Amino acid sequence: MKLIFEKSIPGRGQDIFPACDVPVKLPEVPLREKKAHLPEISENEMGRHYTALAKRAHGVNDGFYPLGSCTMKHNPRINEKMAALPGFAKLHPLQPAHTVKGANELIGELEKFLCEITGMAGVTFQPAAGAHGEFTGLLLIKAYHTDRGDTERNEIIVPDAAHGTNPASATMAGYKTIVIKSNENGTVDIDDLKAHLGPKTAGLMLTNPNTVGLFDPNIMEITRLVHEAGGLCYYDGANLNAVIGIVRPADIGFDVIHMNLHKTFSTPHGGGGPGSGPCAYKDFLAPFAPGLVCKDGENYTRAEKSIGNMTGFYGNFLVMVKAYTYLLTIGKDVHTLAENAVLNANYMQEKLKDIYPVAFDTTCMHEFVIGLDPIYRKTHVSALDVAKALLDYGIHPPTIYFPLIVHEALMIEPTETETKETLDEAIEAFREIYDRIFNAPESVQMAPQTTPVLRLDDTKAAREPHLRYTFE
Amino acid sequence: MIDPKELKYTKDDEWVRFEGDEAYVGITDYAQSELGDLVFVNLPEVDDEVVAGEPFGDVESVKAVADVYSPVSGVVLEINEDILDDAALINNDPYGAWFIKVGSISACEDFMTADEYDEYRG
Amino acid sequence: MGTFIPNTKEEQLKMLNEIGYKDFDDLFKVIPDEAKVKGELNLPEGLSEIEVDRKVEGLAAKNVIFRSIFRGAGAYNHYVPSAVDAISNKEEFVTAYTPYQAEISQGILQSIFEYQTMIAEITGMDIANASMYDGASAAAEACWMCKDRKHSTIYVSGALDERILKVINTYSFGRESKVVVIPAADGKTDKEALKKALADDPAASCFLMQYPNFYGIVEDAEDLCKITQDAGAKFIMYCQPLALGALKSPGEIGADIAVGEGQPLGLGLEFGGPYLGFLSTRQQYMRQMPGRLIGETVDTRGERGFVLTIQAREQHIRREKASSNICSNEAWCALRAGIYLSTIGPQGFENVAKLCSSKAHYMADELEKIGMKRCFEGEFWNEFATTCPDADKLLAALEEKGILGGLKLCCGCCDAGCDTDCILWCCTELNTKEDIDEVIAIAKEVF
Repeated sequence: MKLIFEKSIPGRGQDIFPACDVPVKLPEVPLREKKAHLPEISENEMGRHYTALAKRAHGVNDGFYPLGSCTMKHNPRINEKMAALPGFAKLHPLQPAHTVKGANELIGELEKFLCEITGMAGVTFQPAAGAHGEFTGLLLIKAYHTDRGDTERNEIIVPDAAHGTNPASATMAGYKTIVIKSNENGTVDIDDLKAHLGPKTAGLMLTNPNTVGLFDPNIMEITRLVHEAGGLCYYDGANLNAVIGIVRPADIGFDVIHMNLHKTFSTPHGGGGPGSGPCAYKDFLAPFAPGLVCKDGENYTRAEKSIGNMTGFYGNFLVMVKAYTYLLTIGKDVHTLAENAVLNANYMQEKLKDIYPVAFDTTCMHEFVIGLDPIYRKTHVSALDVAKALLDYGIHPPTIYFPLIVHEALMIEPTETETKETLDEAIEAFREIYDRIFNAPESVQMAPQTTPVLRLDDTKAAREPHLRYTFE
Repeated sequence: MIDPKELKYTKDDEWVRFEGDEAYVGITDYAQSELGDLVFVNLPEVDDEVVAGEPFGDVESVKAVADVYSPVSGVVLEINEDILDDAALINNDPYGAWFIKVGSISACEDFMTADEYDEYRG
Repeated sequence: MGTFIPNTKEEQLKMLNEIGYKDFDDLFKVIPDEAKVKGELNLPEGLSEIEVDRKVEGLAAKNVIFRSIFRGAGAYNHYVPSAVDAISNKEEFVTAYTPYQAEISQGILQSIFEYQTMIAEITGMDIANASMYDGASAAAEACWMCKDRKHSTIYVSGALDERILKVINTYSFGRESKVVVIPAADGKTDKEALKKALADDPAASCFLMQYPNFYGIVEDAEDLCKITQDAGAKFIMYCQPLALGALKSPGEIGADIAVGEGQPLGLGLEFGGPYLGFLSTRQQYMRQMPGRLIGETVDTRGERGFVLTIQAREQHIRREKASSNICSNEAWCALRAGIYLSTIGPQGFENVAKLCSSKAHYMADELEKIGMKRCFEGEFWNEFATTCPDADKLLAALEEKGILGGLKLCCGCCDAGCDTDCILWCCTELNTKEDIDEVIAIAKEVF
């Protein structure tokens, strides 16, 4: 399909701006000489261009989207409607506090809800995404140790199954990442943890349930050991959807947590963002919280030893509106989200595990991992091939090649908003693909066949990078 | 591909070719085939010190990155600019596409012969 | 009450039994009892859609929507063409995620590729990434991009918005790199101070300036660029993207990196977010860039297609050695920016820059006539600071009429030596001559 630049015809365009009603005046400074190449296109043609692009995209509204770790649940329309209200969307962030009382009240209410859900004492909404929340949480840990004069602690312990953002965030916070092994059950190896705890331990980052979808049975002991070593415990809330309303991170020994409003709290993913990654913390970390907050409707204040700011203003406010709307809808029944999410995942796991090797054959939480390695060794059909084959069934593939501790991994997270029928159809597709792996492997390796483009050459893209359109 | 007899090999899948007091370092055919199509390499700068058993650079495929370990301790005399421009050379000719040339060599890892390496990765 | 869970209780029980569990307690027995919540959470009862709507609209109604806005300072009241909302709200765009599976995500990928091209074009740089969280965090990441083994000190202009500086400082607390502020004199970077600081510091990695700067002044970027690059450091320009419709682009100036707040490109004021950080640079720094990059390639039939590329820089592959931890970005905001720039086109891009500038100059002249003099001498685009006998009084009078006046600057921000209050005013294409005259009339009444 053509790029919008290829549809551009000189002289075409759209009339948006009125004539200037004051004398025209530009600053007397060096002005732009080279014109920017921007499309010259009518509104109708532009509309059709983007409609064609939309048809070449797959959202939750288009079909099943079991992308592990991403919690692609239904995005309620009421959330969108509320976020679009002019009373929120038209507020300047630097309006006087008394003119934005409703907005700040909403932030305060959402903070209360999230504190209750996590068991924490306070929340900062500064982080714009999950990874940003991790970074924020680690800076809180760092500020805490620094403030106590405990400056030798420069290590963050991260399990080998962790999201890549964990070690990357640790580096951004100036910490050295210490990787500990998973045990044969896929959870934290307590002995390896003990061996790496010490006077240099600043903290532990843990996802629980972890990235293979398992709840760590030793969680209380893990957080106790870290605390005994003088470290703090960070909860990566990417998988909070599995335990919301059932387990509170603060109750199981975590000191600081980020949540992904775009996962657990149903705000849409927007093709990659914007998300929102609020960071909740226990009381003793409150003095270090970032950002300005308005608690009384009149004055903005900053925590006394604040680490600063993570974003220019107050974080992704309209995403907060959506999450707040969602929580008003669900209310105290939040545990039902976790229940159905976990049920759906176990249902799929149970119906597939006789043919697809699951990485850990036990009750999973909201997601489970298939390790295709034994099949790959026999047939040369890879996790990538299976993922591509699913495209022809109108299913967005699971996350693949993650976590790294499972070879040829397919990580499946159905979420709670899918029906039994949708799961059954997907199970049928998986089983049909399984048959094809053995009876017509090349048909899987050649998939997809029904998408607008066939399999794309990633190697060429990386070896000869073309990151923009080149104008003649 | 047959691993050349005149080279020394490490357990991390690098090869070394000694020329007088200097050594050329690259990665083995096994390593490049495990990594798949390479798209980029990160190399040290000339005059950097490298330490036997420690990473001196890395190689990127589309979906993975792997450290490359130095088989010797010494100083980087030269880097292979050609593979910086075209990492595919490593896939096409792993034993020709050297990464770095090292001088002032002060220590070496335990090396394997070609036969021992074949056995190790057989 | 409200729920988006489709399965009924009966269906759930049937499914549970089918896979060997008695009930939900049985399913959740893998979680140790001591870890579980005892009793109910202290949350309200869930509400129906109508009740939710009523409650949230009630909160929205407690906020004041100004009919006329003369405040900028990092968030700008530009017009959002109708097509931007209509198109970006297509649910395929709203409910998709990062385009990991290219074949099913060409629409998202192509829209970002087009956005990358447009950002590169308006900044005059070679390449742009797929977006960052906001302008301030993009600035912090840009500074980090310049760090190498020998160069780590970050220099920034004292005429930079303090909110951006705060984010750079916070990021640097993590990475333990030094941030040095080059003081501003007369609302501009002190060039001599910059020259001296860079000359004395072999570890200088970059200098970041704002364009136009926080006080609205368009500084001599070419000179600052030369001073910085002559000292072996990289030159970063933090830009108001719509100003680039008139001002010399970072590419023409010779900057190494251009970043900025993309909010003016089709995003509303939104009480500060979600906004859009953009980042563009020269080809040679491609691998140091943070964030997603979309690249062109071909499929097995040779058809053009787009994929996420150069991913080995990123956290999911390089983990602790990644160029950044950024994963989710602001793709949907980038989509809106792409639609916005397609709507206004090259002519509109020039036009809107001219309108903003003209209105601001008209307003500055009119304010001057009633004694509110500009604080600084330099040339400006759409923001400018003036003195004001009593800023609180004037702003309150404007507020009463539904007008959001300029931002009162705290004393000490401007070192012009003025002994009165100062206000930072902003005009956009949305401020008509009538609106401006109204402000002047109110000011005359007040003083």
